[in-house]
Amino acid sequence: MDIHEYQAKDILSGYGVKIAEGGLAYSPEDAVQRAREIGGHVWAVKAQIHSGARGKAGGIKICKTHDEVQAAASELLGKRLVTHQTGPAGKVCSRLYVEAGTDIAKELYFCLLVDRSSERIVMVGSAQGGMEIEELALNNPEAITKIYIEPAVGLQDFQAREMAFALGLESEILSHAVKTIKGCYRALRDLDVSMLEINPLVVTGNGELVALDAKMGIDDNALFRQLKISELRDKTQEDPREMAAADRGLSYVGLDGDIGCMINGAGLAMATMDMIKLAGGEPANFLDVGGGASAERTEKAFRLVLADKGVKAMLVNIFAGINRCDWIAEGVVQAVRKIDMKVPLIVRLSGTNVEEGRRIIAESGLPIITADTLAEAAEKAVQARNEVVAKEAALEI
Amino acid sequence: MAIFINETTRIVVQGFTGKIGTFHAQDMINYGSNVVGGITPGKGGQTHLGLPVFNTAKEAVQQAGAEASIIFVPPAFAADSIMEAADAGIKYCVAITDGIPTQDMMTVKNFLRRFPKDQRMVLTGPNCAGTISPGRAMLGIMPGHIYLPGNVGIVGRSGTLGYEAADQMKRLGIGVSTSVGIGGDPINGSSHRDILEQFEQDPETKVILMIGEIGGPQEVEAGLFAKEHMTKPVIAYIAGLTAPEGRRMGHAGAIISSAGESAAEKVAMLRDLGVVICPTPAAMGDTVAAVLAAM
Repeated sequence: MDIHEYQAKDILSGYGVKIAEGGLAYSPEDAVQRAREIGGHVWAVKAQIHSGARGKAGGIKICKTHDEVQAAASELLGKRLVTHQTGPAGKVCSRLYVEAGTDIAKELYFCLLVDRSSERIVMVGSAQGGMEIEELALNNPEAITKIYIEPAVGLQDFQAREMAFALGLESEILSHAVKTIKGCYRALRDLDVSMLEINPLVVTGNGELVALDAKMGIDDNALFRQLKISELRDKTQEDPREMAAADRGLSYVGLDGDIGCMINGAGLAMATMDMIKLAGGEPANFLDVGGGASAERTEKAFRLVLADKGVKAMLVNIFAGINRCDWIAEGVVQAVRKIDMKVPLIVRLSGTNVEEGRRIIAESGLPIITADTLAEAAEKAVQARNEVVAKEAALEI
Repeated sequence: MAIFINETTRIVVQGFTGKIGTFHAQDMINYGSNVVGGITPGKGGQTHLGLPVFNTAKEAVQQAGAEASIIFVPPAFAADSIMEAADAGIKYCVAITDGIPTQDMMTVKNFLRRFPKDQRMVLTGPNCAGTISPGRAMLGIMPGHIYLPGNVGIVGRSGTLGYEAADQMKRLGIGVSTSVGIGGDPINGSSHRDILEQFEQDPETKVILMIGEIGGPQEVEAGLFAKEHMTKPVIAYIAGLTAPEGRRMGHAGAIISSAGESAAEKVAMLRDLGVVICPTPAAMGDTVAAVLAAM
């Protein structure tokens, strides 16, 4: 789960990380009010969306008057911002963070994350901040310092100092740098943060170290014990279909194609989508119905897939282990009878009680296309989809 | 031979008396696994499914000679159960539980590393379907009947995609020595590479099918190991050609977050390392058959 910049900053400031003075705004009037409260002559009006690289997408405006703040806020609120992290659909900005302008002397990069290879927390820093780390890793990898943290003992002072020196933070600012780095690490451990990125971390004109941006991702598996963090969830930033799926205990990712999918197991789901693509089609979604796919769950999954009006055909691929094919077949038949299905349905069942499952489908009298193998299922789905598209085209003419 | 488990392996079930534990324990017993009891703290001394219940893993090892365990404990308590098994001297543990926090798994891995290698418990999972040596023993939740006994080793992250592979092979009359699920989490007990190492040493395993997916560096690390240290052919399929970047595809670990983690990149790197690539997920059985035929 991702949280917003202002939420991450609020958390970090509780751990001794210095941030610029700022406030949240939901309207242009709010934004001007925040600017008044903050005072000064320069403000940054920042779109709060769950994505990095907001600056490039025009999501951050530097303003020198209250009128400019008002104009910037009017422009950003309700705007759909597209970055390489949001995908082409972008994300709508409905909150702004108004912050005191910071006099930047130097921009640095700092990040803490769980490293899958070493199975440790790794601290990543670079004295060349501002640009994205992927870019830096490609063009100037020597400028990046990585320090691995031993989980049994945690971050040590000498490691924090090593990082501070690597960032060029010496003399007067050193002790504050160590405090900042250790604060970030404590936040990460306390709150089950899987990724914390401060880009840029800046040295100001008067020699202070300030987190100018903050991006934080929380381990979804740990939300059960991070109740305060769970409350920070902003559902407007998440795909509504994915949210609906999560509420129903299903795992759904919306995609751009037009062949709807319902599959059990994440790996088989990805493989089935690959097969659709290889057969010349494009999947409309990833949907893992999980282990215990009851009739009720099957119906919910059907409704979710078909809620996407772009779906031209639907493919069900179930390999029953804990499940039984006859249960799945009954669920599918029930769902089709309840929902007025307008697109062709292709069902492939395999595993426990497969004969019984196929018999139920065959005897239902419903126009369900069946397939024996994964390849056959994908080919039939693409063929059915092509027929639907051809028919639609014929109608338009 | 097979790896990790056979018909004599003495198995205990952690989270034995719960609904899920009970269901799968019965299924494993029906398959012929040598289940000797279970562990549920506070219910020690009772009998469940005709087998003794122990309070602690130590008791299960001391009183029933437990060698392997399987974990059905809920996510919040699963890491603790894994460490308890390791501390008690269990040799091999399968964690089925889905949803264990990543930091808990870091703690588990760190705990396991404290033991000298020859005394260290091997963990596979969490978030997996378990391990099966067909015709001998099942330590997992898979449908046992889809696996023929044979000499192909399977290692994979996904449960149902592993079933798909076993099913394609069965249709061609090809059997499995052992199939190991390593699970879909970002930090797991054993990696693809660890399992390849075991298969290389198993005289019964002739070839290995590795079923990977997007995210993380493990498949490529396994490919490097295969090139440098293995005599047996390794075949791979990587799921997720269509997966978009930065989105979690069901498995917590299935997210493309940096260079080299997409399916296409992994396939290219594995091919360079001499791994035989299954061109499609429907061709896993055929590819294994072709490699076996050429031997």
